[in-house]
Parts: sequence; C-alpha cells; structure tokens
Amino acid sequence: MDSKTTNNPQNDLVSFSLFLADSSLIMGHRLSEWTGHGPMLEQDIAISNIALDLIGQARNFYQYSAKLNNEIYPGKNTTEDELAYLRDANQFKNLLITELPNGDWSKTIGKIFFFSSWQFYFYQKLISSSDDQLAAIAEKSLKEVTYHNKWSSEWVIRLGDGTKESKKRTQNAIDDLWQYTGELFIATEFEINVEKCLCIDVRAIREDWLKKVKAVLKEATLHFPSEESWMQKGGKDGIHTEHLGFILAEMQFLQRAYPSLEW
Amino acid sequence: MDSEPLWEVFIRSKQGLEHKHVGSLHAADAKMAIENARDVYTRRMEGVSIWVVESKNIFATNPDEAESLFDPANDKIYRHPTFYNLPDELKYM
Repeated sequence: MDSKTTNNPQNDLVSFSLFLADSSLIMGHRLSEWTGHGPMLEQDIAISNIALDLIGQARNFYQYSAKLNNEIYPGKNTTEDELAYLRDANQFKNLLITELPNGDWSKTIGKIFFFSSWQFYFYQKLISSSDDQLAAIAEKSLKEVTYHNKWSSEWVIRLGDGTKESKKRTQNAIDDLWQYTGELFIATEFEINVEKCLCIDVRAIREDWLKKVKAVLKEATLHFPSEESWMQKGGKDGIHTEHLGFILAEMQFLQRAYPSLEW
Repeated sequence: MDSEPLWEVFIRSKQGLEHKHVGSLHAADAKMAIENARDVYTRRMEGVSIWVVESKNIFATNPDEAESLFDPANDKIYRHPTFYNLPDELKYM
C-alpha cells in the first residue's frame, strides 16, 4: 500500500482515496462522541446526522480503496472493514484537524466549519476529475457537505456575534484550530502524483477557502488569524498528534479483540 | 439554552400535498428552527418542504369552548359531500 514499494501509479490513487476515507471516518467518529451529549436535543441530532454522513462518505472511499488495492494485489482480498479497523495510527492519512478533541461546542463548530469548507471546494474539484468513481462519490457527498458547511457557518456567526462568553470561546477555538488548517492545502507526494492522472489541481482551492472563511469570520465579528502563521502538518503522511491513537484504540477495539466479528 | 423559543414544525411529505403539523422544537431563530426541523423531522425522507412558525404566534381554540364550537356540527350530516360519485383517478380526497 505504500507508494514507495512499487512504481505502480495506482498505489498513489489508493493512498489518495484512503486519505479521503480516513479524514471522513475520523471526523465522523469524533463527532459521534457528541451523541447523547449535545447542548440540546435538536443539536444532538444535528451533529449525529453530520457524523453519520461523514461515516457514509468514508465507507464509499474505503470500498473504492479496497477495490483498487485488490487490483494491484490480487488475492489479498482487502475489505473496507480491514482498512478502517486493522490499520495502525501511522498508516492513517487523515487530516490532523479531524482527530483533535472536540473541546467545547465552539471548538467542535470551528472544526466542522474549517473542515466542511475545505470539503466543499475539494469535492467540487473531485467531481470534475477523470476518475469516475471518485467523481461519483464526490457528487453524492457534496450535497451533504453543503449542508454541514451552511449549518456550521451559521453557528460560527451565531456564537461569534453572540454573547461576550460565546465570542471569547469561539475566537479561542478559531485561533487554536488555525495551525491545523495549513495542511489542507499542502499537497503531499501521493496528491501531487494523482493530480496529473486525475487532471485536477486540488491545491487551487485555497483561495476559495480563504475567501469563504474570511467572509464568515467577518460576519461573526471575529478576527481572522494571520495567514503567515506557522502550520502543523503530517497527517496525510501518517504523522499524527497523540490523539489519534486513543481514537483508534476505542474504534478498533472490537475487531482487534474479536477478529472478523460481525454484528 | 432553555430560553430558546418554541417553534411548531410543518412538513410537506411530497409535492402536491399540504404541509402537516409534525411537532415542535426549540431554536434561537427562524433559520435555526428550519435547520433543526430538517435534522429532527426529515432524516428518514419524510419531507420535501418545511414551514416553521413560532409557537407564540399560533392562536388556538380554547378546549373549554369545544362543546359550543364543535358539537353543533355533529348532527349536520347533510354538510358532507358524500352523495357525489368521485372518479377513480381522483386521489387525495
């Protein structure tokens, strides 16, 4: 599965598909932690719906990753479940922002806002890629993401332009999360390689993303963090924060303790 | 968040049908009420359109007056158009 083991360009496509699968799965799993703990019933359901949407997207990308992988390594019979439940932290390619703890409501909203804004523009590019399957998944997912983005944007505005306390918390959340947003637009090796064969430039979305983020923060009366600030990176290459291991320990426990268990 | 007002939710289940009252929820404003309604009441494909109205804007009949308001209709059977023959193609009557 590592692109360095063979020169098969399809390995890069597997990595790319896994990067999207892992990002959606970890984000979805994190958000599912809110289920039963939302600030009010309506928001509890809203965030659980978003979590389910993301896990659904992850499944589509995992199924495709498994199919591609089986074309390269016939006989391995990789399944979507193996990819989700039997890989270790350094094999996960999710964006770092997806694995960060939820924090308070404003931090969770900030995470969804930054991530869904990125997905919104990223999937729009993916729809026009030359890979039919990725394009189809992107098209289906974009409808969901459009809602996540609208929902979280409105929450950022509501909290930022809300009470003194909500404004302070939301500004803190935006400032804390900011260092994890640079990675969204730094193409790693497999991304650069697939861009050629998919005929898309996923790096071109940064300007759109910045414009969107600036507009929402302005309406929320929050200040925009510096574009020049230092950024964290590494998620796409398997270098994660200390938080991912704990997520996997919980998420993968059942399959690790009872291999091949179905329920 | 307890101070958020209550909203009544009306859902149209498919094109051509009327909006029906499905329940209520809390939300800070109309936009949020629509989104909450979408998330709470249409997650199993129940609707194609949503109306919300703040509960305080609904004026209702007083249950104590039910007898004087509604009982008089009980013996006016002639008001039901049951003597028309409806064509089979006509639906939702």
